[in-house]
Amino acid sequence: MGRAPLSVIGLLLSASLATSPSRGEALKDLYFGEALYYAHQGQFFEALERLDTEVKQHDEIDEPELDSLYYHIDDAEFSLGDFELRYRMHHRAGRAIKAVLEGAVDEVVRNDAAYRLARIHFQKNQIADALRALDRIDGKIPASIRDDIEFLRANIYLAEGRATDSIDVLKSLQDSDGFGAFAAYNLGIAYLQDNQRQAALEQLERAGQVTTDDPAEMAIRDKSNLVLGTIFLEDGEYDKAIPFLNRVRLDGPFSNQALLSSGWANMSVDNFDRAVVPWKILADREVTDRAAQEAMLALPYAYGKLNVHGRAAVFYGRALDSFGAEVDKLNASIESIREGKFLEALIREEIRKDKDWVIRLRALPETPETYYLMELLASHDFQTGLQNYLDLADLRRKLLTWSGSFDSFDEMVDIRNSHYEPLLPDVDTEFRELDSRMRLRIEQHKMLVQRRDDMLTKPQPKFLATREEQAIMRRIEQIETQLHGSTSSSAESSRRRLARLKGLLTWTLETEFHDRLTKFDENLRGLDAAMAILQDEYDQYVRARQAATHSFVGYEKPIRRLRAHAQMAVEKIDRLMARQGHLLEVVAIEELIARRGRLESYGDKARFALADSYDRATQAQAKVGEQ
Amino acid sequence: MSTPIRTFVLALLVAGLAAAASAQDISGDELRSLDGQVQEIKSDVLNIASELSNLEERLLYPSNTQIAVFVSMAEDETFRLDAVQIEINGEMATHHIYSFQELEALQKGGVQRVYTGNIVTGDHELRVTMMGKLKSGKDFSMSDSFGFSKSVKPKALGITLAGPGLGASGIQVGDW
Repeated sequence: MGRAPLSVIGLLLSASLATSPSRGEALKDLYFGEALYYAHQGQFFEALERLDTEVKQHDEIDEPELDSLYYHIDDAEFSLGDFELRYRMHHRAGRAIKAVLEGAVDEVVRNDAAYRLARIHFQKNQIADALRALDRIDGKIPASIRDDIEFLRANIYLAEGRATDSIDVLKSLQDSDGFGAFAAYNLGIAYLQDNQRQAALEQLERAGQVTTDDPAEMAIRDKSNLVLGTIFLEDGEYDKAIPFLNRVRLDGPFSNQALLSSGWANMSVDNFDRAVVPWKILADREVTDRAAQEAMLALPYAYGKLNVHGRAAVFYGRALDSFGAEVDKLNASIESIREGKFLEALIREEIRKDKDWVIRLRALPETPETYYLMELLASHDFQTGLQNYLDLADLRRKLLTWSGSFDSFDEMVDIRNSHYEPLLPDVDTEFRELDSRMRLRIEQHKMLVQRRDDMLTKPQPKFLATREEQAIMRRIEQIETQLHGSTSSSAESSRRRLARLKGLLTWTLETEFHDRLTKFDENLRGLDAAMAILQDEYDQYVRARQAATHSFVGYEKPIRRLRAHAQMAVEKIDRLMARQGHLLEVVAIEELIARRGRLESYGDKARFALADSYDRATQAQAKVGEQ
Repeated sequence: MSTPIRTFVLALLVAGLAAAASAQDISGDELRSLDGQVQEIKSDVLNIASELSNLEERLLYPSNTQIAVFVSMAEDETFRLDAVQIEINGEMATHHIYSFQELEALQKGGVQRVYTGNIVTGDHELRVTMMGKLKSGKDFSMSDSFGFSKSVKPKALGITLAGPGLGASGIQVGDW
């Protein structure tokens, strides 16, 4: 009992971008929304660059709850994992989700994270890790992923060779809305893996009759019927195989193989005329398809069995011409790959806008016949290699564009430098002078405020004397000093007059104190507003001055470092592209050589069979003549 | 010759598959090793991109003058957004025509940064014009103006677009 290869299982495990918060809850972080905008367009590099920066910034904040990403941080970390996976960065994928798992999060989020991590491990073919991640699921599970978890669990068991465990899980998924058809097929495969042949046949029959209009489910239904038919065919139960093979849709992805097998099943029970029908359909299909090529040879073989040797000869002749033309095409394709045309065509951006872009490559002049590479393209390793080559080409384009930006940045910094540097010393001198005057005024203002506040609690009418009153007070004090010690009558009279004057002044100051204080307060408030404007302009100047410096100072090193990094990255990419490209070319050429060898053998066989058919047709004609 | 041909054809089929498989196996290890190195360089280039964005922002859009305008679509909107035009203080800031992919990304909840620029602190006016097509096939165009204030911190404005309906304007602007 071996493991089921992942390709045998009906997977349906595509990582979804279901984490868009704006569709379920209000989006609170524009930058997360921006990353999703790129991801929804398949631009995962841009999405990763933005989201990774945003998550890192969030992690460095002292009070993360004040950051807008705080509301979406779990979704953001899940999305990072999804994007990394989509951008084929399997080594990094899962890192952010592990962080969620290890953080203090509630049960539902932790279980969601564990599921996502398990899915990533499974896609990375790390089966034991995937199972360990699933084992962390405990307690409340979000209803939206309940079936997803079980389906993944069943597939992991199958991949581990634990068919019995997988059967138990898959049985519970038979009525699932999202996974019913896939679970039905996988259950059949699990029974097969568990050596329960009869149960497998019954289950695959059920999977082959699922009613659906979903293209993916229709494809898995076809696959169930094809597998079932192939099992009977291999076991020599040809009669039983035919109805299942006939159930496969004629326009589905498995139709060519089903038509071919249907022909052989009919031939095996001597239903030659019935074998002709599927093979005739198949022989008229895309000539580069393996099954169609085999049908081109099988069809005249069936006519021969029906003793229609003349027609057999015609079809052998057609097959021979067709194989010859295809061998020529293959030779041209091999030559074109050797000349580097395949790789050149691959990186032409305009052609990749179509989802069948690889097939469309054949439309370009001098590019290889890519239909012959379709099977190769379906293989995981080649596909990874091809995607990597394209990703490297994209990265190279980006780096070269950025290198142009570095030159512009340098020039920009130089221009700013030459503009500001001669101006700044004079500006700074003038500013220093203004700055000291301003500081003085600020101090004076502070002192006045302090004096007003003091007078509110401890009235000091003298402080509010007018300049004239102050002068009078000083004069009175001077005269008092001069009169000090004098005993003359005039001095005595002067002292009395001074005392009256002082009394008058004190009276004025005391009685007008409140009015004067109010006026003083009003004036001070006016000064406050003027000081605020002054402070504002001061701050604005300081910011503008700093901005002037920041606009040209401190860029030289980072630009130099980035330029060097970009240059090194381009060199590394060039080396990798050369190796990756060479490998793709070698594998593609090997594939085309193998297909050419097969066609040449077909050609030999067709040539021999053509001569044989002519002989038989001539003999038959002679017999008719004799009669 | 009948049986031999069938056997031959089947044998070739199997042999063909086996040959293709072995060709892939030979290079599989090397492809996987290269895959690891490609992932490393992707990581390096992502870091360069992040540093470069940072540098670009510092150099071109200092925080005290920076303004960024984002566009999103209201939930469950079915109208087709063709273009958006943004004016700041009567001057054209940007104009964007949407591709099908971009429109789909907006409908799925993505947010587009449509403009990044510099303005001085103080009060300003933003004018947004959107052009599109209703589900009925009818073309429509809608404009609205909004006042906003720019402080010394970077300014982010989020525009939410909805098809024309009764009452409220289809263009809403929020401060972020």
